[in-house]
Amino acid sequence: MSADDVKALPPPALHVPHPYPGQLIVVEGIDGSGKSTQIRLLHRWLEAQGHPVVFTEWNSSELVRATTKFGKKKNLLTPTTFSLLHATDFADRFSTTIVPPLKAGMIVLADRYVYTAFARDVVRGVDRAWVRRLYAFALRPDVALYFKTPIDVSVSRILNGRQKIKYYEAGMDLKLSVDPVESFRQFQGRILQEYDAITGEFGLEVIDATRGIDAQQRQVRKLADAAIRRRSKPADAEVGDS
Amino acid sequence: MSEARQFFGRGLPYVDVSGLSGRLFVVEGTDGVGRSTQIEQLKDWLELQGHAVVTTGWTRSPLMQPAIEVAKEGHSLNRLTFALIYACDFADRLENEIIPALRAGMIVLADRYCYTAFARNTVRGVDEGWSRDLFGFALKPDVTIYLRIDVTSLVRRVIRRGRLDYWESGLDLNLGEDPYDSFVEYQRRLIERYDLMARSERFEIVDATRDIDAIQRDVRQRIAGHLPQPGSASTG
Repeated sequence: MSADDVKALPPPALHVPHPYPGQLIVVEGIDGSGKSTQIRLLHRWLEAQGHPVVFTEWNSSELVRATTKFGKKKNLLTPTTFSLLHATDFADRFSTTIVPPLKAGMIVLADRYVYTAFARDVVRGVDRAWVRRLYAFALRPDVALYFKTPIDVSVSRILNGRQKIKYYEAGMDLKLSVDPVESFRQFQGRILQEYDAITGEFGLEVIDATRGIDAQQRQVRKLADAAIRRRSKPADAEVGDS
Repeated sequence: MSEARQFFGRGLPYVDVSGLSGRLFVVEGTDGVGRSTQIEQLKDWLELQGHAVVTTGWTRSPLMQPAIEVAKEGHSLNRLTFALIYACDFADRLENEIIPALRAGMIVLADRYCYTAFARNTVRGVDEGWSRDLFGFALKPDVTIYLRIDVTSLVRRVIRRGRLDYWESGLDLNLGEDPYDSFVEYQRRLIERYDLMARSERFEIVDATRDIDAIQRDVRQRIAGHLPQPGSASTG
């Protein structure tokens, strides 16, 4: 629980601007925060502006898909293997889908980033400093948007929108409650606390996700636009640099 | 010694590791050095003495089989995913096989341990400190037997056995013109890493250039002093 443990480690790439000409924009938030809707709207807008955009999503790499599915289906995952599988997924996408477009001066949009692991895995019980060190190779995003949502809003969005809350999404592996909705509420509530700490630690931009979708999107576009302008000038000169 | 279990790093905060009364014996050494033969014989010997023995081996976790299959089919492992996938395999076996067996007072024989990852990762250019922190959740073994061999003896043994394996030759690293050169260079670098760890991690170094029986006698001698005393375990 000690923040001193984290600070004792050398600052990883996550604390310094990345060296590539492209821009990395990530969205974070608990399930039901509306972040995926926001990043989809941002994606369409950026493309309409003529920007080359690549999208990548948490836990989507081919490499560990079968294993993750198998592990989840059989409830075989421990906090540590859960964490390592997601790190493997991230490392695979990082080197194939995130770094190359950044080197090529493109915009990368990521639905969830390492902060998801920092929040979730710690709630599952892994060591806070260990999981940060695990992702020491990750680059700092140009913009990291955190869609802050009260737990009740998130729960009602999930319950209205979908059929069923999934086992791991509800943190049922933590045995907080036998009732999936109650387990979800407690699990996501703890994740929310971790996110609050992470926001300060890594400088995430907080978006009030209880506001209207269009109001949030205006703010998102403004922040993305500012980041793109900030870095777009030297980009042309550095594209050939590998 | 087995009463106060130590980890390589920050451990498994959510696991109670008190009362792990068994013993964890690791057999390390490079590819083709004869680890599995030695472990088989050691297991027979221990069981004859009445010890309950469990064996576990690198990449053998049921969880990671699908991912390792995908990876080895030449898909696209880079050095990070290479390191992470094997760490996950190890974590699965540690939590689901090794720790439960130690809790039950059994002897665990591990064919390779995280030292294999340290050697391979470093040879592949992964930051050594990161690699060690990655395995911060690993339990320290009671004894690590290091089957040591020189590259020349190793390559002759492996060629007699059959063809040079893609991964054992480190062909993913482009170290040489042909598989032979690559094998020699890759294994030379691995053995160099093992030799360094042998000192810092206090391995029991066993000369593996000798015949199987001589090696086995040596291995038994090294662990004899670390076996549970008769009647000390709670389960019979």
